[in-house]
Order: sequence, then structure tokens, then C-alpha cells
Amino acid sequence: MKALVWHGKEDIRCDTVSDPRIEQPGDAIIKVTSCAICGSDLHLYHFLIPAMLPGDIMGHESMGVVVEVGPDVRTLKKGDRVVIPFTIQCGECEQCVRGNFSVCERTNRKKQLADKMFGHTTAGLFGYTHLTGGYPGGQAEYLRVPFADTTHLKVPDGIPDEKLLFLSDILPTGWQAAVQCDIQPDDTVAIWGCGPVGQMAIRSALLLGAKQVIAIDHLPERLMMASAAGAITIDFMREKVIERLNDLTEGKGPQKCIDATGTESHVSFAQPDTILDRAKQMVMAENDRPHVLREAIYACRPAGVVSIIGVYTGLADKIPMGMAMNKGLTFRMAQAHVPRWTDDLLHRIEDEQIDPSFVITHKVGLDRGPEMYRTFRDKQDGCIKVMLQP
Amino acid sequence: MTLLTNLTQRIARSPGDPKVMRKGPSSLTDADQLARTLAMFSFGLGMTEVLAPGRITRAVGLEGKEGLIRAYGAREIASGIPTFSIDKQVGLLMRLAGDALDIATVLPALRKDNDRRGNAALACVALIGITLLDAIAATRTSAVHKRSDAPPRDYSRRSGLPRGVEASRGLARRDFTTPPDYHTAGTLAESL
Repeated sequence: MKALVWHGKEDIRCDTVSDPRIEQPGDAIIKVTSCAICGSDLHLYHFLIPAMLPGDIMGHESMGVVVEVGPDVRTLKKGDRVVIPFTIQCGECEQCVRGNFSVCERTNRKKQLADKMFGHTTAGLFGYTHLTGGYPGGQAEYLRVPFADTTHLKVPDGIPDEKLLFLSDILPTGWQAAVQCDIQPDDTVAIWGCGPVGQMAIRSALLLGAKQVIAIDHLPERLMMASAAGAITIDFMREKVIERLNDLTEGKGPQKCIDATGTESHVSFAQPDTILDRAKQMVMAENDRPHVLREAIYACRPAGVVSIIGVYTGLADKIPMGMAMNKGLTFRMAQAHVPRWTDDLLHRIEDEQIDPSFVITHKVGLDRGPEMYRTFRDKQDGCIKVMLQP
Repeated sequence: MTLLTNLTQRIARSPGDPKVMRKGPSSLTDADQLARTLAMFSFGLGMTEVLAPGRITRAVGLEGKEGLIRAYGAREIASGIPTFSIDKQVGLLMRLAGDALDIATVLPALRKDNDRRGNAALACVALIGITLLDAIAATRTSAVHKRSDAPPRDYSRRSGLPRGVEASRGLARRDFTTPPDYHTAGTLAESL
């Protein structure tokens, strides 16, 4: 089969690889009908998480049709149409029972490595380094789904892939970013980063009733897309973010702040700390560029919430903890607990409350995947979200 | 890289995981590859200059400038790091500035009374060649990775909210209850 394979920093190729095989009785194989490149795939493309190995298959946003099931699979059969969450969950461990699926205790097949690196293991993830199991990803023609009974969302026929695919990651991720804020009707929600997750967080905050949603980015096409959903936009290259946020909140700051940027804050002289972070990142003296997190802590109203949904990879310097502590901020963060939200979000798609296909700007075959990684990373051609159809 | 791919297959994956059978074209462009080669050259030359500056100064007749050559070695390594990174344009510009310094340093060795003038001339030619390669890499990587100056695509109708923005505000509040573990709202009065 064809698959997008990681061979090194900035080196992704559409290779011919052997087909995946059922390994455990609870596995299933799906024929992938659609998949996508995620912003967090760029962290691997840039080798910011040094736990990728040449030959790893990329991708954690995929959907398709079941073509084979292991003998122990009870809830799936050949021909079922499914969206595959990026998290692999057992559904039975203490964390799964509590709904904390992204920290499932059983599905990371390299648990010992994760225990060492994170203190305690997190869930296995598709196509996202050997720290999270080294599972082959879904940017491929076929995908083996471990723990298949609990690692799928059955979706009905009659709704196109474009509307359903993002239930695998960015829609529940953006939704969780907003839910983590516990949005109230008089809240102002500021969202840093208008990439695909930021765009979903904007729509989620609106649906959850925020009085005012403020979107912060510098790319005109992303700000335009944010504005289309009613967000007030701030271009951080042209405007002073803190001043504008204070102006929009009677000097008090937003009650709820969402960091939908994570480890790769834009580097520019307008944000001098990002230059120092980038230099340190190059010599491996720091893993992350947490400019957005610093700014969100500074901007947030005392006793407010900072919701972190952008991916951080390791050690982040100069986080103003004194500021956060004295302001009494609440931090909520996690990789999205995807299945916790997907039934509800599927209902909202069917009910036409949201149509996630708005975010797709490029739709191509798998063979053009390597080129699309470049286009997406370089923000060329108005690229915000790439959908791949194997 | 094929050897590495096969090795990692054995130690890091399970038997049912797909194995690479035939590689496709890389997302790395020729310009990126050239920049990487120049970065490796930077590391190699930089290490040589730091560890054996005397050999270089003797070869071109610049005895007494060992300290300077050692500093240039550190500069080469420092410019190699960003050249090897995703911000390769920054590294390549640093390399071009370094090339100018290198040429300015070697030029005095072309004086007539230098008995190693031939070596110095050869070094000058090599430096000019490297400078050209750096210039080509800098120009091409900038061109390949540049955002277009064209007006942005029009996404002003992509709300993703089929019922419209205002009709959608708070729509989910009708049937969505924030799970207890995500509660942050509430006042002291409510809790009393």
C-alpha cells in the first residue's frame, strides 16, 4: 500500500509499504477513505520530538471502512464506516472510566519509555512518535486499529467524509479547549492561534455561548476565516495584543484564554522572546517556544482560566508562574479526550449546528502528501487544512 | 537511510506493522538538500579550524593568526546550526557574511613575498566557489519557502455555522452540560 513515511527532519515520502496485519484479537483493519495533515504533525516534520524513527508512518486523523476484524472484536464488522480518534483507548482502565481517554493506562505499547519520560504513561496515539507507542499512522491506504472495540466512532452513510473526518481530532480538540474554559454567557474568550484547532475552538466557544470571541494570529487568511465565525480579530504583527484585549474588556482582560498554538509560536522581532526561544530550541537547550502561554497568563483576568490545547513537547522556559499564582489562574490542559465528545459532536453535525468542512483549503491524493507538508508548513497558497484521499 | 529504516523496523516495531518496500520522492527540495550539505561542510570546517588552526595558517602563509582562525571555526559551527535547522535562510545569511570575512582574511596572503601564495590563491578560489553555493542556496531556499505576495484567498464566507453566527451563539447551551470536572464558574454566594 501507499503511506506517508517519516524519514528524517523535513523528509516525508509517499512510500510503498507492506499492508498492516491483524496482530491482536482485538485489532481491526480499515481501508482509509480520508485522512488529514494536522498542525501537530508539523512538530514531527520539524523533529521537535526526538522520538521518531525512519520508517514511521505519519497521521492521526483518519476515517474509512472496516475491511477486517480480529476474533475478539464485538462492536465492529466488515463494511462499517468509522472515524478513528487519534487516541487509542481501552475503555476499561481507571482513566478511561473517568473519561480521560488521552491518558489511558493500557494502550501505549511502549509504556516503559513513556513512564520514564512523562512520569506515568499516556495513551497510545496513531503516528505520533515512539513515546506514545510508535503505532503506524493513518496517512496511508490501510490502518490497523488496536483496541478496535473502543477506538472508533461509527458514522452513518449519507454524510460526506469532509464533514466527519475532523471528529478524529481537531473538532473535539477545539471543543475541549472551549469546554475546559467552562464558558459563561458574559465571558470573553481570547484564542491565540487560528490554525485548524483554533478555528474549531472559535466555533465551539461561540456555540457554548461566549459573549465575545477574540482571535489572535497574523496570517490574513486565518484571521479572515476566524472573522467569518464572528470573532473579533487581532493581528499581532500590526497591533499590540495586550492593549487591544484590554480595550475589548474594559481593561479587565479576557476571563478565558485558549492557547491553540503550543510549542511553535511564530518567531519575529515583534515578539523578541520567540527569537531567544528559537535559538535555544536549535541547540536543544529548550523544547518549546511558549510565547503564547506567557502572553495568555499576562493577559488573563485574575481568577480566569487558561486552557492549553496547543501541543507542548517538553521543557518550556520563563513561564511566569508567579504571575499565574498571584492572579489565581486556573490551568486546564490535555491532549483531547476524543471519545468523550464525539457522540455529542456527531449529533451537532447531523443537526447542522456546525459543519467542520469549512476549514479544508486543500484536497489532494496521498501521493501529493509530501508536497502538502511543505505547503502547509510554509503557509503557502492560503493553506489552512489539507485533506488527503488515498 | 535504508539501512537505518530496516534496523529500526526490527527493534522498534512489531511484525504486523507495515515495512517500507520502496521509497517515494522526498518533501525536501534540492535547495534544502544543498543547504544541509553546506551545514555539514560548516560543521566539518568549523571543527578543523577549532582543533587544528595551525595547519591552516601554515598552509596559506598566515602564521600568527591561529586565534582568529579558531574564532572563525566557532563561527562556522554557529552558522551551521541554523543552516541545518528549519530556519536555514538565517544560517545561510550567516554563512555568506562569514564567507566575506574569510575572503578578506585570505586576500593578504596573496602578497608576492608569500612563498605559499599558490595555496592562498587556491583557498581564495575555493572560498569564492563556496560563497557562490551559499548565495545559490540562500536564494533558492527563500524562493521555495516564500509565501506568495498575492492577496489572501477569500475565506470570508467560511463560517462553518450553517445557521449563521448570531443564531449559533449559545446554541449548544440548550443541551450541553459542562462535565463536573471542568467546572470553574460559580460564586461564593452560590456555594453558601
